[in-house]
Amino acid sequence: MEFDHNFFVGFAKSYGLFYMMAFFFGTVVYAYWPSNQKKFDRAAKSILDEDEGTQR
Amino acid sequence: MISQLTRDERALAMVLCVLLTLFGATLGLVGRDDVLGWHGALLALSGMVLLIVIMSKIYDPDPNPDRVTKYYDDPTKVGVIVSMMWLVFATFVGDWVAWLLVYPEATFDAGWSSFGRLRPVHTTGVIFGFGGNALIATSFHVLQRTSRARLAGNLSPWIVVIGFNLFCLLAVTGYMFGITASKEYAEPEWYADLFLVVIWVVYFVLYLRTLARRQEPHIYVANWYFLAFILVVAILHIINNLAVPVSLGHAKSYSLFSGVQDAMTQWWYGHNAVAFFLTAGFLGMLYYYLPRRAGRPIFSYRMSIISFWGITFLYMWAGSHHLHYTALPHWVQNLGMTFSIVLVVPSWASAGNALLTLNGAWEKVRDDATLRFMFVAAVFYGLSTFEGSFMAIRPVNSLSHYTDWTVGHVHAGALGWVAMITFGAFYTLVPMLWNKERMYSSRLIEAHFWLALAGTVIYVFSMWNSGIVQGLMWRAYAENGTLAYSFIDSVDAMRPYYFARAVGGFLFFLGGVIGLYNIWMTTRMPAVEKPPVYDLPPVVAAEPAE
Ligand code: HEM
Ligand code: HEM
Repeated sequence: MEFDHNFFVGFAKSYGLFYMMAFFFGTVVYAYWPSNQKKFDRAAKSILDEDEGTQR
Repeated sequence: MISQLTRDERALAMVLCVLLTLFGATLGLVGRDDVLGWHGALLALSGMVLLIVIMSKIYDPDPNPDRVTKYYDDPTKVGVIVSMMWLVFATFVGDWVAWLLVYPEATFDAGWSSFGRLRPVHTTGVIFGFGGNALIATSFHVLQRTSRARLAGNLSPWIVVIGFNLFCLLAVTGYMFGITASKEYAEPEWYADLFLVVIWVVYFVLYLRTLARRQEPHIYVANWYFLAFILVVAILHIINNLAVPVSLGHAKSYSLFSGVQDAMTQWWYGHNAVAFFLTAGFLGMLYYYLPRRAGRPIFSYRMSIISFWGITFLYMWAGSHHLHYTALPHWVQNLGMTFSIVLVVPSWASAGNALLTLNGAWEKVRDDATLRFMFVAAVFYGLSTFEGSFMAIRPVNSLSHYTDWTVGHVHAGALGWVAMITFGAFYTLVPMLWNKERMYSSRLIEAHFWLALAGTVIYVFSMWNSGIVQGLMWRAYAENGTLAYSFIDSVDAMRPYYFARAVGGFLFFLGGVIGLYNIWMTTRMPAVEKPPVYDLPPVVAAEPAE
């Protein structure tokens, strides 16, 4: 096998697709994983109940 | 501000100033009569001025040791003010450039004021001077609040803020001297680029070290965007600016890349500068200040995560849409086109998320100009990303490329999205930072809002018109198969649109001046009386070793 331009193009066109898809599914699974829900809700609300103190 | 540094830190700061002075002096000596020499002198002078300022305070008492229990906001304060000053300066230049296209003689016969030199002064001034300072300032604020931790360092935030502004100064003055690396948005030459690398690494390390001290288990999504902005800009900047200087004593350098590789590297950089400088960082702003101002959590936190990864991964591949119909292989153009079209999905997810957060709080949007700024920003973000995806389609691009449509798209994004979200964020942030009940004048915010909106709409509409007219004139054929118009005919036809754009730009500029005044006056109002609060949770991390 020669590591020339065509090889890399072929590689990018095939495996590139699969890794992007895998990444996408990974993200969706993470975002919708049921036990993460509480963490996310808390994070979304956390910025609102900050005590906006000051330095001096 | 200097009194917030311990004596040791002040001493270290003085060492850094001496190093800066020596670095500048070296450049000045080897550069001699090259522009490099002038820039060396500029750096040396800055180092000396900073040195004197610190020296004059060296014997001030040490700061109160309980400062480590407080957030560190001085660098943010400076960043906000400096950012607004850059805005005023750079939109002034932008409007001047706009008038140059109506009255070309308005250069007043000087070299430094020619179109080719003022244009990058405008773009660098707005993107890096205004946008960059706004991002640095808000990122420090958001980072500390969402992590409930103080910045991991007292000196390093100053290295970032001051160093970054020195870089901007080198860039902008360099263009007027005639320096350019001939890469759009990356015009500064090798020595300024190297200088920025140092600053940026300090920024990145500071961000990571502060995150490591966080007292919240989950990292709030705004930080992801800021971190992506810092990390990716570092990568882009380093790779696109790989170059070999003519000699160490000359400002001029030549890129490591050539031909179509050079073009692809440049637009991989250019488009990701849009993505990670003008989009990701400002989305970080949006995800913090919009919910805070609206008093409602973000509509869907999950959606913000998915769109984050969507945006980061898709943008990387979209750069080739700037090179349609060039020597770039066809499949690479197709790749960029496809990714650009898909990109509309996470972009609209973000814009939609922002708008749905406001859904149910419309009366606040109506009454509160600050929130309205952010609302308009989300709308323009949606518009300009849709437009971008459309322009990335090759046949559409054959009409839009080289025309003012591109310039219209740019400013729909830059004025409508980047600047509007920043104004909204600043008006939310400034009273918090300086501990005031409210901004100095809500009427002035209102005036700023309408000036900015009118300016943006006039700008964008005139460029759409002129772009389409240009595109159609250039491809119109006469009966015998020759071109119907000469190029100069199309230039002439642009005059009214350019005139309108310059007027719109002036309104926008005026709004910026009002904004700066309002923010400045707010800082001078009496602070609200509040019992001393410890704004950090009592668990305090060890003093940073600096
Ligand atoms: C008073 C408001 C403004 C005016 C009048 C203005 C005017 C202009 C003009 C005349 C150009 C050159 C267009 C050409 O070469 O035909 C330009 C380019 C540009 N401006 Fe502005 N501008 C303004 C605000 C801004 C802001 C706030 C930003 C960014 C946050 C921005 C970003 C840019 C960029 C990125 C370009 C380069 C566009 C390209 O290469 O296609 N501008 N502007
Ligand atoms: C989905 C998102 C987007 C896509 C797919 C996109 C696509 C495009 C396309 C196709 C062009 C024209 C390239 C050419 O013909 O030369 C362009 C130019 C440009 N866009 Fe976007 N755009 C998007 C969002 C944005 C946003 C939000 C901003 C600003 C905040 C922005 C700033 C720019 C700039 C500055 C240029 C001019 C580059 C130059 O100097 O030639 N874009 N974009």
